[in-house]
Amino acid sequence: MEFVQQIGQQWFGAAWVPVWTTVWTILKILIIVLPVFGGVAYLTLAERRVIGAVQVRIGPNRVGPLGILQPLADGLKLFIKEIIIPSGADKKIFLLAPVLSLGAALAGWAVVPFSEDMAVANIDAGLLYVMAITSLGVYGIMLGGWASNSKYAFLGAMRSAAQVVSYELAMGFALVCVLLVSGSLNLTDVVHGQAKGWFAERGWGFLSWNWLPLLPMFAVYLISGVAEANRAPFDLAEGESEIVAGFHVDYSGMAFAVYQLAEYGAIILISALTSTLFLGGWLSPFGFLPHGLPWLLLKMLFVIFLFLWFRATFPRFRYDQVMRLGWKIFIPLTLVWLTLVAAWVMSPWNIWK
Amino acid sequence: MEFKTLVFYALSLILVLSSLCTITMRNPVHAALFLVLAFFTAGGIWLLLEAEFLAITLVLVYIGAVMVLFLFVVMMLDINIERLRKGFWSYLPVGLIVAGGIVFAMVKVLGGIRSDDAPSTVDTSAAAYSNTKELGRLIYTDYVYPFELAAVILLVAMVAAIALTLRRRSDSKQQDPSEQVAVKRKDRVRLVSMPAEKR
Repeated sequence: MEFVQQIGQQWFGAAWVPVWTTVWTILKILIIVLPVFGGVAYLTLAERRVIGAVQVRIGPNRVGPLGILQPLADGLKLFIKEIIIPSGADKKIFLLAPVLSLGAALAGWAVVPFSEDMAVANIDAGLLYVMAITSLGVYGIMLGGWASNSKYAFLGAMRSAAQVVSYELAMGFALVCVLLVSGSLNLTDVVHGQAKGWFAERGWGFLSWNWLPLLPMFAVYLISGVAEANRAPFDLAEGESEIVAGFHVDYSGMAFAVYQLAEYGAIILISALTSTLFLGGWLSPFGFLPHGLPWLLLKMLFVIFLFLWFRATFPRFRYDQVMRLGWKIFIPLTLVWLTLVAAWVMSPWNIWK
Repeated sequence: MEFKTLVFYALSLILVLSSLCTITMRNPVHAALFLVLAFFTAGGIWLLLEAEFLAITLVLVYIGAVMVLFLFVVMMLDINIERLRKGFWSYLPVGLIVAGGIVFAMVKVLGGIRSDDAPSTVDTSAAAYSNTKELGRLIYTDYVYPFELAAVILLVAMVAAIALTLRRRSDSKQQDPSEQVAVKRKDRVRLVSMPAEKR
């Protein structure tokens, strides 16, 4: 490190500081994005193996030992396929839509704290930023569905847009509860807030995390997260028995692959956020074990496994059922709970001081 | 030139160009998308002014919710652009008068603010200073009544909009999911004991 600094000082002189800041930020982004891409590749394999195990079959095991080269083979296949652009499509938006989708899935990582002082941007409005960025993901889906100039794709896009907008509200109220108990919009402070408490002092740290006092909000956030990522049982945007493949029915080759990257990237991002907000981030569950990044990764793996488990377990919702759950159950529930938590925080029984 | 100034000019250029495209694009979906881009760059300029709460709220509310619903509607409408363009020249003078009025009002308001007005007593460079926190404190202390009033007005507008557009159709067939969820086994299954038939 110091050697690089010295060389840089000699070559760039006074301009070294801005140059170094830029290079270092780009490096940090790469350090996050590349493992996310790797994670996405192996998440597709994990999904097929886990669902295979749930359904008492083997799953992909032909390419490489235990099938661990399967994602590479899939990637290569998608890479050498032709990207077909439908003749009636709006070409520019058709190609822009998957990129927007992926951009929204990756931008949220900027504020996720991986450990003490390990975040690309440790900003004060982190929670707000997360909400803003996750709400942008719907553009990729809507524009893709519209630009394909196909009825199936458009129906899928409409369903997805309505679903994402509805569940964002419940998700936002759940986040406001977290904000109330931690008293900060900064994600690092949210994690620090979970390190304090009656149980944490006695070595049972995992009982002091937000999931226990805010259990209903944790459930609402997790389920809304599944809905936001358009995953089963909320995957009616691509309900194949009704509207073929939904919004990406006309996509092929790398354009399709970018949509897949965005979908699985969004799953990993939501699992990271759930772990940070409700499961204590990088904190260790027991007092005698040190805190650190591996705990965050373990919690993320647990939440991702829940996503796969849900997909293998629950049948797809019908559209009116999804809307009823979002508007008539989750929003009233979160509103009532928000009032309760606010009263709790102001009362003498406040446990988050 | 300072780096911030460079970013400001780049963002302003995009903002002005995308606003122009919003009103000149023939395809309404493209126009709406340029409006999204305009909101986004405006958010960027607010970030440069260190108003991160406002910038993120702009993205969250306008891009994340309002424009999504706007696009939703624009995509489904079959807009005849030729009919919209008819009479452009006859409406132009009225439009110009309104635009002139808005520009005059903005110049009057913005020109009245001098940099030495109401000097800020807060040290914005302090490490513990948080723009978001200050704004929240002001909204919920000094400006709590205007804030609540605005919220109530929005709520009334929302209730009114729903009440005006809600129509029940008697001939439409629909499921009631809560009834379906609440169904019990005994509502659907009836066990009958039948003696075996004699041969």
